[in-house]
Amino acid sequence: MAVAFDEMNGPQGELRPAYEELSRWLKETPPDALEHRRQEAELLFRRIGITFAVYGDSESTERLIPFDVIPRIISGKEWTLLEKGLKQRTRAINMFLKDIYHGREILRAGLIPDDLIFQNPVFRPEMNGQDVPHDVYVHIAGIDIVRTNPDEFFVLEDNARTPSGVSYMLENREIMMRLFPDLFARHRVAPVEKYPDELLSCLRSVAPRSASTEPTVALMTPGVYNSAYYEHSFLADKLGVELVEGRDLIVKNDEVFMRTTEGLKRVDVIYRRVDDDFLDPLTFRPDSALGVPGLMSAYMAGNVTLANAVGTGIADDKAIYSYMPEVVKFYLGEEPILKNVPTWRCREAGDLAYVLDHLSELVVKEVHGSGGYGMLIGPAATKATIEAFRDKLKREPEGFIAQPTLALSTCPTCTESGLAPRHVDLRPFVLTGSKSVSIVAGGLTRVALKEGSLVVNSSQGGGTKDTWILDE
Amino acid sequence: MLSRTAENLYWLARYVERAEYLARTIEATLRVTALPNTYIGQTNEWDSALLTAGVSASFYELYEEANETNVVEYLSFSTANPSSIRNCIEAARLNSRSVRTALTGEMWDTINSAWLELQSVWSGGAKTREQLANFLRFVQETSLRFDGSAYRTMLRNDAYWFSRLGLHLERADNTARILDVKYHLLLPEDEHVGGPLDYYQWTSILRSVSALTAYHWVYRETLKPWLIADLLILNDTLPRSLASCYGNLVRNLDQIGVSYGRQGAAQRHARGVRNRLEHSNMQDIFQHGLHEFIQEFIADNSRLGDIISKQYLI
Repeated sequence: MAVAFDEMNGPQGELRPAYEELSRWLKETPPDALEHRRQEAELLFRRIGITFAVYGDSESTERLIPFDVIPRIISGKEWTLLEKGLKQRTRAINMFLKDIYHGREILRAGLIPDDLIFQNPVFRPEMNGQDVPHDVYVHIAGIDIVRTNPDEFFVLEDNARTPSGVSYMLENREIMMRLFPDLFARHRVAPVEKYPDELLSCLRSVAPRSASTEPTVALMTPGVYNSAYYEHSFLADKLGVELVEGRDLIVKNDEVFMRTTEGLKRVDVIYRRVDDDFLDPLTFRPDSALGVPGLMSAYMAGNVTLANAVGTGIADDKAIYSYMPEVVKFYLGEEPILKNVPTWRCREAGDLAYVLDHLSELVVKEVHGSGGYGMLIGPAATKATIEAFRDKLKREPEGFIAQPTLALSTCPTCTESGLAPRHVDLRPFVLTGSKSVSIVAGGLTRVALKEGSLVVNSSQGGGTKDTWILDE
Repeated sequence: MLSRTAENLYWLARYVERAEYLARTIEATLRVTALPNTYIGQTNEWDSALLTAGVSASFYELYEEANETNVVEYLSFSTANPSSIRNCIEAARLNSRSVRTALTGEMWDTINSAWLELQSVWSGGAKTREQLANFLRFVQETSLRFDGSAYRTMLRNDAYWFSRLGLHLERADNTARILDVKYHLLLPEDEHVGGPLDYYQWTSILRSVSALTAYHWVYRETLKPWLIADLLILNDTLPRSLASCYGNLVRNLDQIGVSYGRQGAAQRHARGVRNRLEHSNMQDIFQHGLHEFIQEFIADNSRLGDIISKQYLI
């Protein structure tokens, strides 16, 4: 693996312009002052209750995601490029979903094998021929970006179901502004605080036609034990909408109502943070206690908009991912601005053979996995792990894809032995409403805190950083 | 607002109020049991503490003897007692988490900090009487802070009123339970059979509802049991009296009714109870039987809880 590109000290060790001021400031600031601020930040997070639960831990465990106080800085020029690429990709994803659930031209053109769609558990036949308001399927997309050099950004993963993390983008900024007012004064950082407003207008813009002129929006959560519960309550609060659980909703005559102290009140748009499988026990998993019986029939009747739409998983599936460059070209007739990480599809015999021969160099991911679970990082794995994985792969090759181990870029990060480079990725949030696609300049930077580690997932010991887009 | 949110706010306030009441009860009991026997007689004050907390039966399933160690443990820290102070704070935190959006930052901070302190400082209980005193103070301060934050920061809308309903309903229940357990000490002069020993019992009753100073300001008299009963039942200037609680319950329910443009069984029932308190005097109550009066009140109060639930929270 090549030496990683450091975003502050570029390839030849030269200070990159976006980091000039930060570097000066770091030299002026004594290390114990940084440590002091770090502790202060942790205290703030704990008091505000910005915690997440790790599945597998006992129910009551609440953990903090470690927060690194050194911001990650992206220049205005870099952002302009990223923004264009993200919008392009999100447009293509929405067009792809409409096509898959309607005319299926992309399949007829032979660009994607049929069985990859129809045999896919995240494909929802219920959505066939179903129209959604303004053809928007993915209202909120979280697209994971990595870079390996100054000029290239790769999409590592599209998150088109219920992407989370935006509360950290907002809270990290609040806390940084509290802790380092001086550092802010010395930079021109694009604000992120408009995100809730933009999200709300996005959600209102896709209300069903039967809604009143003042559509009612609600945010649906699986409940307090969900790992992202804090984010759900935080967003509901910022949006000024009710935070509902399945048991708060009831469907009557194909309309959705929430139970309030004044009786039933109609809900028009549900920003749901509940997976498809758990939305409606009558349509999907009958054992789901989180959902609302009849919700799908109200949805089909067009009386409620779900954001994101049902069945969007087919667009962010890791097996589909490898086709994204073709998808962008097919629908938009443009070259993709953001690259894909080269991907071997283990379902194809030639690719599988290559992957099996190079396991110790590759990252192998489960097609339906997320959160960094069930993943093999070849260079970091023991022989035994690799062999165990080899068996899994042979048994079910279509369940996996493989990618080269990318030398993810690094950013200076506080560690026990002072500042040191650590690998980062970036998740910006793309909003698609009835009229436009928009992105707040910023995103969630996740950082792998362990030296050399490439896994940034919070469930696996990753932390977060505030992400600054310079307004130039 | 969502029925579930209203329900959570209502119970949140009840849990915090209950925790404070338990802390006061333990404090008052510690004080009275510290007196030499010649001042207090042979009664087991720890037993009455359990009775006023309404957990006597469940206590004896786990313990043989109602002594200081056992009762303090059971009322304060026990995880086996669903309404121990620890469990009240845990439940309050869980409720707060599920209604984060309906709480102000200050209220959340109070409950969350208390919960964090409970876990870090008090996970092993209180080892000494001094520690216990600190713990009880911590609980009361939490309640004061919570109440004060609600009062100072919440919008005056249904969220506020539902949380106040919980507070006053719980408070009325607590005061009534003390009266229920100690009524025999509060009978009028001619029926009263106690001796000078009761004096310390009376102060203990007043302490547990933080009304000892108030008594002197209201009556400008030495302690007279029937006046204590009057203060706790009928005097609506005392925040923990039954009359004051019902004045507030009626007011909060009216505010909800006006804001929703609809009244219901809860409003009627609360008004009925308040009217009875308003038109009673201690003489009538004693004639009718103090104990019967209290027991009817407890039943009425719990009925109001059921009606509110049915009307708004389900």
